[in-house]
Amino acid sequence: MTTRSTPRVLGAALVTAVLIALLSIKLNSFRDYQIAEIAIEVTAVAGLTILTGLSGQISLGNGAFMAIGAYTTALLMLHLNWPFYLVLLFAAAITAAAGAVVGVAAARLHGPYLAGATLLLGVALPSVAYAYTGFFGGDQGLDVNFTTPSFLGVNFPLTRWEAWVCSAVALVTLVLLANLGRSRVGRSWRAVRDDEVAAALAGVNVAAARVLAFVVSAACAGLAGALLAVVTGLVAPGAFTITLSIALLTAAVIGGLGTLPGAVWGSLVIVLVPTYATDVATSHGLSSSVASNIPVAAYGAVLIIVMLLFPQGIQGAVRWTLGLFGISPGRGWRAADIPDALSAAGDPPAGDPPAANQRRPASPEGSSSGNQ
Amino acid sequence: MVEFLQFTLSGLSFGMIYAAIALSLVLIWRGTRLLNFAQGGMAMFTTYIALEVIRHTGSYWAGFLVALAAGVVLGAAAELTVVRPALGKPELNAVIITIGLLILLEGLAGIFYGGQYRSFPAAFSVVGLRVGSTPLGVSRFDVFVALAVLAATLLLAVGFRYTTAGLRMRAAAFNATVARLSGIRVARVITVGWALAGLLGALAGVLVTPSTFLYPNSMDSIFVFGFTAAVIGGLDSPLGAVVGGLLLGVVLSYASGYLGSQGSDLTALVALGILVVVLMLRPDGIFSGARVRRV
Repeated sequence: MTTRSTPRVLGAALVTAVLIALLSIKLNSFRDYQIAEIAIEVTAVAGLTILTGLSGQISLGNGAFMAIGAYTTALLMLHLNWPFYLVLLFAAAITAAAGAVVGVAAARLHGPYLAGATLLLGVALPSVAYAYTGFFGGDQGLDVNFTTPSFLGVNFPLTRWEAWVCSAVALVTLVLLANLGRSRVGRSWRAVRDDEVAAALAGVNVAAARVLAFVVSAACAGLAGALLAVVTGLVAPGAFTITLSIALLTAAVIGGLGTLPGAVWGSLVIVLVPTYATDVATSHGLSSSVASNIPVAAYGAVLIIVMLLFPQGIQGAVRWTLGLFGISPGRGWRAADIPDALSAAGDPPAGDPPAANQRRPASPEGSSSGNQ
Repeated sequence: MVEFLQFTLSGLSFGMIYAAIALSLVLIWRGTRLLNFAQGGMAMFTTYIALEVIRHTGSYWAGFLVALAAGVVLGAAAELTVVRPALGKPELNAVIITIGLLILLEGLAGIFYGGQYRSFPAAFSVVGLRVGSTPLGVSRFDVFVALAVLAATLLLAVGFRYTTAGLRMRAAAFNATVARLSGIRVARVITVGWALAGLLGALAGVLVTPSTFLYPNSMDSIFVFGFTAAVIGGLDSPLGAVVGGLLLGVVLSYASGYLGSQGSDLTALVALGILVVVLMLRPDGIFSGARVRRV
């Protein structure tokens, strides 16, 4: 399977890269900024969808990892003037280390207890910037200077370069995560998610697998934070609110939890829906307080509606639609090696698009009746 | 010593608010196995309704009662319309729906009332009480806050313990299938649980807003700390919710009182510290039963 699908993933990434490059040249600088924004979101959401969808650990605190990545970037560029690719790698490494610490602390927690601890982490960590104003710049934050490289010439728009950089990082992240998800590591995550005891009996180091998932997810969030720092040109605690962490989880679930295409769909929704609704609201000449709040309300309503209509997220709906035309778009991680994992949590209910390749577990009564 | 007493008393008063939010989360968790992220948003919305009623009638108590009634209606309506269809689907779907509901309510509040900060009246004087010449650090209103939440908690506890409806709710929370087999309409019981949670949330909203101002996001941090309190206490335990709320309120009050301005910047970090310590010792909260997790 690996030999066949790695070229496919790489091919898809290359095609997407070319498309984004063409788009970014065609579109104006605001759209380029949006491309960068979506790419940043994709990077962070992909990491979270691995953590929550594959290893089964919820995190409402990945915004805190983004903050660590962003502040690392700002401080390095401000004080040490490193080249950007080094800064990016270092930011990922620092957040990975932070992820390891959090992962170890969280290893015994489940469900709402993990959600509560990570949510509070997401709220608490950015507030450190307020307490140590001298180092972190307090409310005002730190400025980040990012320029286009000289070989592109002076007239090359900065937003386009940013869109390229962000998209490249996002695509590399997606390719790496796709391979990781299919590897031995990915299998051990799914085993831990579905049944910790069974996984441990099968020789999986449960604690290590859970911590590693946090490390990978945090590194992705750190990369996203670093990109966010250079694209917005400013790192301030106001950017890393509880809303950000919640938006990341929302994007992962809306898109289709545990799938990388789902991370892309979800990111598109949470970046584009508010912008689009703002455009509509302002073009109808509504008063500013109404116009600025209609996107918020619309975004909330979209979340509810998507979840009610597509319980498996947008990617589930896409798969179902493709199935109608007889195309089976590669068996996703969820449906692949786990015959009965979803029977407890997510067997497609009546209204849900039935997955063509869903295998039903044999009924336990049938096999045990002989012994009675 | 006087300072210590002041910080303790004001911490207890604020802790009661966290306890009310935590208790409402516990009510919903026990019935639905779901974290209701919209709890704070619903409380914010009912407080706006209360403000509107107070402005039109001039009576604080009319607004107070309408807010509680609106909380009941909003809680039940949320469960019936958007939450119920999502139950039995992947676990996180219902969570995302409550997040969507939170964002929707905040957006609607912004559309109807604008984003500016509004002050909300207190039921009683907010001038600090004194014993002789020593200030106690709490006002008449703070005492009312504590008593109101305490009364609501006791009413709920008595209701759960001694009434048939309470027995039904406990049965449904303990084992829905068995409860259904013995003739309990579990679905209706769950709706009642949401309605009661809405009431508690509305109470918390009306009680806390005089000290925080009212704006579309005004309940966000209260919700986070209420959630923390519920997690500290153990999401299955109403007693745990109250103890968790009081513990959190008192410790946060000491932190911002003794550590000065840096302390109040770091309240969330202090709360995180408490949470980590508690969960290290008891991963399912202080009052969790010795239950085996289903694998």
